[in-house]
Amino acid sequence: MRLVACDARTVSLGVRPGMALADARVRIPELRAEAADPAADLRWLERIADACDRFTPLVAIDPPNGLTLDVTGCQHLFGDEAGMIAEVETRMRRWASEVRIAAAATPEAARALARHSSAPAPDEAAALRHLPITALELDAKATTALRRAGLKTIGALADRPPAPLAARFGPVVIDRLDRLLGRSDSRITPRRPAPSLAFERRFAEPVATVDAALEIIGELAASAALALEERQRGGRRFDVRLYRSDGHVIKLAVETGLPLRDPIRIMRLISERIGTLADPIDPGFGFDMIRLAIERDESMQSAQLTLEGGPENTEALGGLIDRLSARLGRERIVRFIARDSHMPEQTALGLPAVDKVRAASWPMQRPGEPPLRPTHLFHPPQPIEVTAAVDGAPQRFRWRRQFHDVARFEGPERIAPQWWRHPPGSPDLTRDYFRVEDMRGRRFWLFRYGLYGEERPTPRWYLHGLFA
Amino acid sequence: MLDGRARMASAAKDSFVPTSHTAIDRTLGGGLLRGRVHEFMAGEEDGGSSAGFAGILAQRCGGAMLWLREEAVEQQVGMLHAAGLVQIGLDPGSLILGRLPDAVSVLRAAVDALRCPTLGAVIVEVKGDPRSLDLTASRRMTLAAETSGVTALLLKIGGLPLPSAAQTRWRISAAPSLILAANAPGYPAWDVELLRQRGRVGGGRWRVEWDREQERLCSWEEGTGAAIPRALAPFSVDRPPGGLSAL
Repeated sequence: MRLVACDARTVSLGVRPGMALADARVRIPELRAEAADPAADLRWLERIADACDRFTPLVAIDPPNGLTLDVTGCQHLFGDEAGMIAEVETRMRRWASEVRIAAAATPEAARALARHSSAPAPDEAAALRHLPITALELDAKATTALRRAGLKTIGALADRPPAPLAARFGPVVIDRLDRLLGRSDSRITPRRPAPSLAFERRFAEPVATVDAALEIIGELAASAALALEERQRGGRRFDVRLYRSDGHVIKLAVETGLPLRDPIRIMRLISERIGTLADPIDPGFGFDMIRLAIERDESMQSAQLTLEGGPENTEALGGLIDRLSARLGRERIVRFIARDSHMPEQTALGLPAVDKVRAASWPMQRPGEPPLRPTHLFHPPQPIEVTAAVDGAPQRFRWRRQFHDVARFEGPERIAPQWWRHPPGSPDLTRDYFRVEDMRGRRFWLFRYGLYGEERPTPRWYLHGLFA
Repeated sequence: MLDGRARMASAAKDSFVPTSHTAIDRTLGGGLLRGRVHEFMAGEEDGGSSAGFAGILAQRCGGAMLWLREEAVEQQVGMLHAAGLVQIGLDPGSLILGRLPDAVSVLRAAVDALRCPTLGAVIVEVKGDPRSLDLTASRRMTLAAETSGVTALLLKIGGLPLPSAAQTRWRISAAPSLILAANAPGYPAWDVELLRQRGRVGGGRWRVEWDREQERLCSWEEGTGAAIPRALAPFSVDRPPGGLSAL
């Protein structure tokens, strides 16, 4: 067993990450070791990243233990850059035992300064020049090659013409160097895209009750409605975040099928969402910031009521779908869309009704034919035991411990597998479908899976659907 | 429930959804009352078949249709298959399906939906007789339906006739279809029994067949299958033994 990480005190006693646990115990007999859990570490990092939303909407995770914040245009909210860094530092001290913070013009430079800088420097450029070449984070071979050539710092590399460096050490060196020094433009990829509109309120004294917090969300929704009205837009996805003063963030997201800006209806959706939470909202020591972000918006004209009440009515149905989806989950309320496939289970797709699903036309049936497809389909098909002639129609079958005698049938209707979807080694088999009716008048859709002799010595039978 | 005067007022604007079956409509006084709860019971093994019947009636109500079903029903009868619904004359484009975890959420969603006047019909499908579906719950649904004019079709798969505020109560089971050429199963057919109706006397039992092209429920005797001469029909080589005697 090897050490993955160790704290500052053990480092001062000569223990390093990567050392065998037995060796470390020899040095420090009272060493306390815990099993490493990278997944838990990542979850913790994500929670910290959530809490960092209060500084800027653009937060990226830099695994295994870094966060990158794009604070362009956010510093003035905290006075200046120094004030912001101080604020970040005090908050971070609560959540992490050790914090290294660096601010720089590019994400790579900030990362290199935070991870590799050892001595303070008068300004950013000088600090970057003092960094060791390990800050480029090249592979071991390239690093050794650079060191053998006597290039020990970023400054030494930066002074040289790039073409010979690239020729000797590979283009990746120049690429990394350019990003580090801000010669090429680089951006972070935030965890969440920046919302189109966000409204927030911060409190010197934390809000201690959920009711008060809801009232504030209502006020934020009202100001969001005004802003949306001005832009002639409506929100499709609203994201409410309650930032607890201890760093925990409670997230509530609601979606709507039609663009929406009426604060009362937004609040109704949010309270539906709160009603479905497994645990009630725990305000803890109170919320010191509440934010309502509109993550998706669409153009929406000002409402004008018609005499017949047309638009009002579509809104009523849309509102119902929104409420049910917010309460029960978006994938539970679905609409069907037709798909062009000959496989029965793929002819229709149930998509969340909250997403605006385009109405597709359904293939009409030829007149003069009874229904050839069942109204209900089992997924997966249910295995049954069948008495049938070889290659013939079923005569009797057992499904759910009940025998059904086939009175009449039609078939087979052969549905060939999608050979282009399956690898040659494991082909899907041909299905021969029979429409059957038992003595009591129940209509079933059965199929034989595989051709006799050719694909299977004795094919299995399945029940795939029920007719009306 | 509404008091007498309110009931009189609502009776004035009562409208019917004709079932298109002459005898049934005559017994009901015109058809299914719009804006009421109609209760359908079916055996567990008739679940898929009776759901088709309820779907057809809901489609006749016009407008958008919301189909709320408990997940336990889905395990029993399978998932709704849009391609098959088209073939019995439903429009999947105007159908919204809700698959809900338990009966409580189904009933709660049903009351919400019944308050939404844009809908034509709401199908509420539960398994058995859930404890939450008591007289109060069915009265609540009736009230919501009466206010908005949305028709509710309550489908109980494997349920018993318990007291409820429903306008009509039916028992549905699959019936042998009228045979087509070469011993093929025919159009959807049901045994439909009207057990009771509120405010009117008379029930009945009918065997009906659904004719999708003319969009009507026919009596078994006048069904589409009968158009084919009986003598021609059973003429199949691998016809199961005893298949004819059952006809």
